[in-house]
Amino acid sequence: MSKLRTLFEKIWDSHVVESKEGYPDLLYIDAHLIHEVTSPQAFDRLRKRKLPVFRPQNNWATMDHNVPTLNQHLLVKEELSRKQVETLKRNCEEFGIRLYGLGHPNQGIVHVIGPQLGITKPGMTIVCGDSHTATHGAFGTLAFGIGTSEVEQVLATQCILQYKPKTMNIKISGKLNKGVVAKDIILYIISKISTSGGTGYFVEYSGSTIDSLSMEARMTICNMSIEMGARGGLIAPDKTTFEYIKDREFAPKGKDFEKALKFWKTLTTDKGARFDKSLEVNAEDLEPMITYGTNPGMGIKITDSIPKESDFVNESHLLNFKKAMEYMGFTPGQKMLGQKIDYVFIGSCTNSRIEDLRMVASFVKDKKKADHVIVWVVPGSKQVYQKAVEERLDQIFIKAGFEFRQAGCSACLAMNEDKIPAGKYCVATSNRNFEGRQGPGARTILASPLTAAAAAIYGKITDIRGVI
Amino acid sequence: MKLRSMAIPLPLENVDTDQIIPARFLKSTSAEGFGKDLFRDWRFDEQGNPVKDFVLNNPMYSGQILVAGNNFGGGSSREHAAWALLGFGFKAVVSSFFADIFKNNALNNFLLPVQVSPAFLKKLFEIIEKDPQTIITIDLPNQIISVEGMNLKEEFEINAYKKNCFLDGLDDISYILSMQDKIEEFERKKIKNTSKGRESSGLSRKPTFEVRS
Repeated sequence: MSKLRTLFEKIWDSHVVESKEGYPDLLYIDAHLIHEVTSPQAFDRLRKRKLPVFRPQNNWATMDHNVPTLNQHLLVKEELSRKQVETLKRNCEEFGIRLYGLGHPNQGIVHVIGPQLGITKPGMTIVCGDSHTATHGAFGTLAFGIGTSEVEQVLATQCILQYKPKTMNIKISGKLNKGVVAKDIILYIISKISTSGGTGYFVEYSGSTIDSLSMEARMTICNMSIEMGARGGLIAPDKTTFEYIKDREFAPKGKDFEKALKFWKTLTTDKGARFDKSLEVNAEDLEPMITYGTNPGMGIKITDSIPKESDFVNESHLLNFKKAMEYMGFTPGQKMLGQKIDYVFIGSCTNSRIEDLRMVASFVKDKKKADHVIVWVVPGSKQVYQKAVEERLDQIFIKAGFEFRQAGCSACLAMNEDKIPAGKYCVATSNRNFEGRQGPGARTILASPLTAAAAAIYGKITDIRGVI
Repeated sequence: MKLRSMAIPLPLENVDTDQIIPARFLKSTSAEGFGKDLFRDWRFDEQGNPVKDFVLNNPMYSGQILVAGNNFGGGSSREHAAWALLGFGFKAVVSSFFADIFKNNALNNFLLPVQVSPAFLKKLFEIIEKDPQTIITIDLPNQIISVEGMNLKEEFEINAYKKNCFLDGLDDISYILSMQDKIEEFERKKIKNTSKGRESSGLSRKPTFEVRS
């Protein structure tokens, strides 16, 4: 009998082109996703080496990181951003790569369009010069972020050199309480294991809670695997996965779909296969989560208080905590509930899909935002935008006083004009609350789309469970 | 390769890539020029004046080695973080833990990540604080980091393949390109498996194997 293997190991093993003692494995990459910020240097180096793109058909490019979210039909105003998107266009033309640029109906955040177009399928390897590539793991896909040197490797050879990470299983069981959603699950896990607790591992999420989640909710969880340091996270594909993929643009059709389905169903961790590390979470213990500090591990249940200095034994942890408190303008031991906020950002590759927008709209319908709050809703892709308009969600947002913008990464990393001013508090559905992430001096509070919606309406941190 | 230099201490944990190089400076299409914006928002205030307290602005400290707190380089995959550190003049970063992608990016750009024990790191911080002129030696062939004039040294790990790349100045691409036949053979097998329903490949069923000239 062959060795019992985890899902991660099955996919890894089936993509190893060459494994040699003392060397990293040479791993074949099925799909490579490209955006304007981390690719220009890679294309330049190819040109210098006089190398072609080895398999142009396995590459997809879009524009997302620095694009404006207003007036996308006009020329990009900001000169350096414009140069970057124009460079991507030129590179894609020269090297024969499909590009979903501004104005194209498939344009959007790279991790939103992959699944949406059916590029992302179970059992594949997917890389992108972006750490949130882990998102695609929701489909039982081995997906991870890479640097620009590695982007160049993939362009030139469709392969990458990698050391095999260790495996971790996070099992989440039980029924979620009212008002608790996927984002709360992942923020809770990161708050428990810290931003480095997953480093060196590839995580498989499993358990009855995961089974009950939609694909988009699963993507939210896998998306933030990198925030605990993990290389990536994945979830075994099931009926929910297969139904989501069916009929999408790059999904196999007809008989090919049936064939693929037969294979996809084999993509599970063998019963009894060993993980290097295991963790269990009881979903029933969870509350809506909120962050108070300057990394995603600094999170608490929404009714809890920020830790006190006396809670820290380790000297450098304390230093880190004090620095975060100073930056955020919070007092150790204070409650987050009732904290006044200035901005709400609903968007990013974590929470900008149609279900996220529906979740927000269902709460916001017939309500108005607090006067002092500015709210941006930024759909993850042009298709999500269109769908929201078809479902008249845009009308709900506009009536509530929200701004409904065009697709892009936007205020998640504030490379475009969507910046939070210094000192202002922003409740964001994105993935990182690092210092300056949303603009120099901006103070980010991470939360679920529901908690963000409640903050928008009441103008302060609010327990969604008390208002739905 | 032996690096002998003074060091700059940054005794903070979880220094993320957004601090190393904020996203708004990622708009260049070349790998040059990022050094001036290294730690931009810690180094300069909103008016662009140097922040006196920040260690890179402290004339007491200089050198090609950055000694940083636990879990250095987390967050984004931006290779610009490695380019910024190199652009500023660093050749090595010492910490008790590195984030995965940063470590790969550093190695791919010949910026040496040296992972030491938490106890060794703590001592380094103390020694450098006491005497900013302290010389640190990083001996890559023997994988030893030591403090000059003191009986303080530690071995560090680096995988053999990457060590050779460093010592010989080689990058991954030439190595991978030398395996092109194997890659194409792998693809042929993969396409066969896909047509039999044993694979889920991103490859089209009729691949083109020609290579552009």
